Amino acid sequence: MWNGVPRDCIAGVFILNYNIREKSFLENTLNSTSIFIQQFVNGLSLGSIYALIALGYTMVYGIVKLINFAHGDVMMIGAYAGYFVLTALGTTALGMSLAFVAAMVTCALLIILIERVAYRPLRSAPRLNSLITAIAIELILQNLMRVLPFVGPNPRQYPTMATVNFNWGLVSISNIQVVVIVLSAALMIILNYIVNYTKVGKAMKAVSFDMGASSLMGINVNRIITLTFVIGSVLAGAGGVLYATAYPQIDPMMGYIPGLKAFVAAVLGGIGSIPGAMVGGMILGIAETMVKAYFPAPQYADAISYCILILILLVKPAGLLGKKMRVKV
Amino acid sequence: MKILKVMAALSAVALALAGCNSKSSTIKIGSIGPLSGPYAVYGGDCKNGIELAVNEINAAGGINGQQIELIAEDDEGQPEKSVSAYKKLVTKDGAKIIIGSLTSGCAIAITPLAQAQKVVQIAPAATAPAVTDAGNFIFRACYDDPFQGTVGGKFAGENLGAKKAAILYDIGNDYSVGLTENFEAAFQKAGGTIVSKESYSTGDKDFNAQLTKIKNANPDVVYLPDYYSTVALIVKQLRAQGINTPIVGADGWDGLTENAGDEVLNGFYSNHYAADSTEPKVQNFVTNYKAKYSLTPTAFAALGYDSVYMLKDAILKAGKTDSEAVRSALEATNGDYVTGHLTFNEKHNPVKGAVIVELVKGADGKLTTVYKATVNP
Repeated sequence: MWNGVPRDCIAGVFILNYNIREKSFLENTLNSTSIFIQQFVNGLSLGSIYALIALGYTMVYGIVKLINFAHGDVMMIGAYAGYFVLTALGTTALGMSLAFVAAMVTCALLIILIERVAYRPLRSAPRLNSLITAIAIELILQNLMRVLPFVGPNPRQYPTMATVNFNWGLVSISNIQVVVIVLSAALMIILNYIVNYTKVGKAMKAVSFDMGASSLMGINVNRIITLTFVIGSVLAGAGGVLYATAYPQIDPMMGYIPGLKAFVAAVLGGIGSIPGAMVGGMILGIAETMVKAYFPAPQYADAISYCILILILLVKPAGLLGKKMRVKV
Repeated sequence: MKILKVMAALSAVALALAGCNSKSSTIKIGSIGPLSGPYAVYGGDCKNGIELAVNEINAAGGINGQQIELIAEDDEGQPEKSVSAYKKLVTKDGAKIIIGSLTSGCAIAITPLAQAQKVVQIAPAATAPAVTDAGNFIFRACYDDPFQGTVGGKFAGENLGAKKAAILYDIGNDYSVGLTENFEAAFQKAGGTIVSKESYSTGDKDFNAQLTKIKNANPDVVYLPDYYSTVALIVKQLRAQGINTPIVGADGWDGLTENAGDEVLNGFYSNHYAADSTEPKVQNFVTNYKAKYSLTPTAFAALGYDSVYMLKDAILKAGKTDSEAVRSALEATNGDYVTGHLTFNEKHNPVKGAVIVELVKGADGKLTTVYKATVNP
């Protein structure tokens, strides 16, 4: 049934490009391809940020079966940490690097505090209690930032570097998009190394597989769980700085929508699966951008992205790369 | 039983005495505006302008000997909160005159209530045409979007000489949609064509997809009818994509000088007044405002200031503070204010001109606006 589709698509593109009379057929094809690549790059840049934040959601769920709704607001705090560093130091290379470091450190410390105070005491309680606590932490973070005198509820302009456009033949990409894509990829590669090639990563996988058995094997479960939260938050902090660099306006509510979309991305890719979060984030970012680019009513972009989620879950309920959980009765 | 009778008698007496209270010796004016949130720049400036006017009038002896009492409420730019603020001002504080709200969506939310309860409402800066539709108790101090959109289109076509325009607007915002329709009509009337018309939803932060399409259509000018916080984001991405055309906007751009960087240079927008105008009334206002708040007043401050002075003239003309009398005196307004000579047409919309200002880099390296042109109705 699907065999004829690729052929029909190519035929359609051929006919479309042949018929646009103002330019030659070759020019039209090159132009359409160029626009397509451009939009793809736009989507990739957006998707990388969603992927970074989705990784935090998926890792925490994998290990303690908790959806940490406060994760989006950890990203917001990372963005504000970066903001304060950049206003003090300016957007030099040193300033930007220190902004990342400051954001990551702040988020790590914050999540250690939250985990110790709010999540650890409820580890043996029903899961609903932890979920509600996570929502409470989200509200506390948002409103605390609104009320703090040096922050306040009004949006602020985030200091960014001057934009430079690179034009290589068919592709036009801005330096900000380059930074976002390259840095996200680097962070994901480092995460992959930690999880798959170090002892700590092996411990994390063990704890997420069976907490009781891991503690019997001599793994300090509490420390591994805290470490998982920390890694997730470090990624969220970096994601916050990247998001603020790409969309330079920060306010205390900025984490809500990206957090929600990242959660959707994590579920789409299979919650609990790290490659799943990366894939889910990319798919969501690219889908959103492609809908805005090619659909006649771009305001439906979000609705369509979420419909994709529903479709995927109907076909594969555990998500794209998620594992089917066998429950033994 | 006897105690109950005594209690009942005492409360009846107390209530009767309360009802005999003579009318208050101050004129209560309520103001509603976004004092926090994404439009806080407008709300704060407008409130400052109102306060400046109220203090000036009170210092000069008030209106007919009565002092003005200003009660300001914050609606955060959200229509539901405007309604709550309105209800509090009218029922709890007893205000019969409201200056607000600032944004069109919020103003429209309270006009039916004001009309039904016979409360005089002046919207200082709400430009959507529907604002004054609710009835004859609703006025506005600024020109409306049809006029503003037309001004933008005329300016782009005639003054900038553009032949192809692209528009990127917020499809969920009355203000943005109204401006777009009128810009299109005026631009086409001036001989241009709209080569690209893209939309986004309120709250969107990523416009790269729409901007790529706009870039591909190769326009001479891009029209961005939205508020400063969104425009700052759009223009950053617009320049990052390599679109170097002039950009045109409307009064919602006021505030960009503090919230954006060099990317908004070569930008023009229609505004209610220009701070560097040489008119004595304007200069007087600007000097006093700077002395009190150490900032150059934006158009919203000027409109708030003018609203209070319009009310003062109306109350003086009416001789009393009864809302029906104030309403009919306000209808007959004919005077010179900071934002120009003002009369009302039969829809309670002012008949006055618009100025176009340009965003340039000042001598101190910071962004500022300079007067570019005046367009009259």
